[in-house]
Amino acid sequence: MTQVATGPHSYAEQFARFSQQTTLPGALVSLRDDGFSCFDRLGFPTTRLEDWRFTNIAPIADTPFVAPTSGTDYTRADLDALHVPRLDGPELVFVNGTFAPALSTTDGLPVGVRARSLATVLAQDHDETAETVASHVGRLARIESEAFTALNTAFLRDGAVVEVDPGVVVDTPIHLLFVTRSGAEQVLSQPRVLVLTGANSQVRVVESHAGDSETPYLSNAVTEVSVGDHAVVDHYTLVREAEAAFRIGSLHVTLGRASNFSSHTITLGGAIVRNTAHVVLAGEGGECTLNGLYLAKGRQLVDNQTTIDHARSHCDSHELYKGILDGRSRAVFNGKIVVRLDAQKTDAKQSNKTLLLSEDAQITTKPQLEIFADDVKCTHGATVGQLDQDALFYLRSRGLSRDQARQLLTHAFAADLLAHIKVEAIRTQLDALLLERLPVAG
Amino acid sequence: MLEVRNLHAKAGDRQILNGIDLTVNAGEVHAIMGPNGSGKSTLAAVLAGRDGLEVTAGSATFKGQDLLELEPEERAREGLFLAFQYPVEIPGVNNAYLLKAALNEVRKHRGEPVLDAMDFMTLARERMKLLEMDDSLMNRPVNEGFSGGEKKRNEIFQMAVLEPALAILDETDSGLDIDALKTVSAGVNAMRTPERAMVVVTHYQRLLNYIVPDFVHVLSGGRIVKSGGKELALELEEKGYGWIDSEPAAAAV
Repeated sequence: MTQVATGPHSYAEQFARFSQQTTLPGALVSLRDDGFSCFDRLGFPTTRLEDWRFTNIAPIADTPFVAPTSGTDYTRADLDALHVPRLDGPELVFVNGTFAPALSTTDGLPVGVRARSLATVLAQDHDETAETVASHVGRLARIESEAFTALNTAFLRDGAVVEVDPGVVVDTPIHLLFVTRSGAEQVLSQPRVLVLTGANSQVRVVESHAGDSETPYLSNAVTEVSVGDHAVVDHYTLVREAEAAFRIGSLHVTLGRASNFSSHTITLGGAIVRNTAHVVLAGEGGECTLNGLYLAKGRQLVDNQTTIDHARSHCDSHELYKGILDGRSRAVFNGKIVVRLDAQKTDAKQSNKTLLLSEDAQITTKPQLEIFADDVKCTHGATVGQLDQDALFYLRSRGLSRDQARQLLTHAFAADLLAHIKVEAIRTQLDALLLERLPVAG
Repeated sequence: MLEVRNLHAKAGDRQILNGIDLTVNAGEVHAIMGPNGSGKSTLAAVLAGRDGLEVTAGSATFKGQDLLELEPEERAREGLFLAFQYPVEIPGVNNAYLLKAALNEVRKHRGEPVLDAMDFMTLARERMKLLEMDDSLMNRPVNEGFSGGEKKRNEIFQMAVLEPALAILDETDSGLDIDALKTVSAGVNAMRTPERAMVVVTHYQRLLNYIVPDFVHVLSGGRIVKSGGKELALELEEKGYGWIDSEPAAAAV
C-alpha cells in the first residue's frame, strides 16, 4: 500500500473539513465515516495487488487532488463543446460532482419515474423516498476491499438517483452527464449514481463522463443498479474524459428474477481509465449482457475489470469486450465469471477481442472462471490481431486509399458491438468516430 | 494500353516470374493459360500491386505510366481492375458501402462529380441485372457467406460498376457451374468495348468458349512460352500442358 499523502491537501484533512461541512441522514454519516476509514486503511492500490498488477495508478496517488464542495461555472456552450452525444431527452448534468439544475431538464419523463440529484433527495427530511434511497446507497458497492469505492463513499454528497416504479416503461433514455474541469486546483470529482427499478419496469440510462481541462483531474465514479424482477434495464457508460484526466469507475448491479440487464461501456478518452463491472445474477432466469468497446492511442491505459456472479440457476450471461489500440497505448481486460453451487443450467459466454493498429500497442487479457456447479455451459475466448492484409489489399485494389481501407476495417471490427447499441445518438457518434476520426498510424 | 517487358518477380526467396513480355492494346482480350504454379496468378497480382511480391527486373507501363511505381489504389483509379481468384470476405463492411466509396474515388480521380446514394443505387441496380444478381447481396457484408458463384458474380458486378480501362480476371471461372459460368461470361462480354482491354487468366479452355479471346498466351515456368490466336486454347484442351514444356521455349511473340 502506498502512503496516502499528508498535509493540508491530504485526504484525511479534506475529509475532516468535508464531514463537518456537509450534512447527511444518520445512516449515511456512518457509511461515510466507514468509507474514509476503509480508504485510510487500504491506501491506493499498487501493482503488487493481483487485480492491479498491470495498472499502475501512481500518477493518481501522487497527485494532490482536491475534492470540491460545489460546482464550477459551466455554461450550455461549454457543454455543447464537449464531444458527448446529446439525447434530447431528460438530462441531469453534474459539474465536478455537483448537480447543475440550470443545465438539466427532466421534461419528458413519464409518471412513475424520478430522476433527481442525490443531494436534493437526501435533503428532504422525513421523506419516505429519501429513506428508501438512503438505504440503497452502498448496498451493492462494497467499501471494505476497494479503495476507490471507499474514497467515493467517504466524500458522499451528491449524484444522480433514478427510480422507476413497478410496471413503468420509460421510452426515452435518461442521460446523466458528468463533466469535470480542473482550475487552479486539480479536481477530484466523485459521481455517485443509484438506479432503482421496480418489477416489470423498463428503462435505459446513459452515463456520460467527460471533461475539457488540460490540467489533470480524477473522476472517481460509483454506480449501483438494482434491477427488479422481470425488469429490463440497459445501461451505457460513455467515457470521454480529457486527455490528461484519470477515471476510475465501478458499476455494481444486482438482477432480480427473470430480469434482463445490459451494460455497454465505451471508453474513448482519458490518460488512465479503469472500468469495473460487478454483476450479480441474484434471481433465477436472469439474463445479463456486458459489452465493452475501448479505443486508445498515444500512451493511454484502459483497464476493464468485470465480474459476473451467477448466484442462481437458469441465468445467461453474454460478455463481449473489444479494443482498438493504436500508438503506445495499453489495455487490460480481466473477465471473471463465478458460477455458484446452486447456479445449475448456467450459460455463460465471454469473449475479448483486440485489434492492434501499431507495433507498440499492448493488451493483457485474462479470463477467470470459477465454477462450482456441475451442469453448466461456460465458454471464453480471447483473440489479438492486426488488420487483415488480404482485406486491406482487396479494398485498395478497388480504389480506396490505405487510410480509408484501414478505417473501414477498423469500423468493421467493432460493427457487431455497434449493432447492439440501441441509443441512436451514441451509435451515430461512434460510427462517425470510427470511420472518420480514428487516427491512422503507419 | 499495357506493356510488360522482361518482367521478373519473386515472392520471398522464390523466383516466380522469369521474364514476361506482354502487350495488350485497347479493345483486345488476351487469355493467359498455363498449368498450376506457372505464375499466372502472380502476374495478375504484380500488375494489381499486391504486397509481398518483389519485381527484380523488367518493367510494366499502363497507359504510358510506370505501373510498378503506383500504389494499388492509384492503379485502380487509373482504371486497372483485378477480379480476384479468391475474393476476400470482409465481415462488417457493407457491399454497397464499399462499392459506392470505390466508385466515388475513381470518379474523383477522373474529375467527375461523386454520386449520391440514390444515383449510386440506380446505377448499381442496372448493373446487377447484367449479372442476374440478387438485390440482397448489396446489403450484405462484402463476400461474407456468399457462395463461390456469388463471389465471382460480385467481382464482375464491381467491374461493371467501376468500368475499368483494363480488367484482369484471375481464374474467374474456377468453381463455377456451367449456368453461373454463362452468366458471368455474358456479364464480361457486355463489358467488351473498343476502348476496354481484358486479360483473362484461366487454367481451362472452357471459359474461352464464352469469352472468346483475341490472343492466347501459354505461361510456363514464369515465362510466356507460346502465343497464338484462340485456336491455341483448343490445342491445349486437346493435348494438355505436357507438350508445352517439351517444346523449345523460344516461341514467345
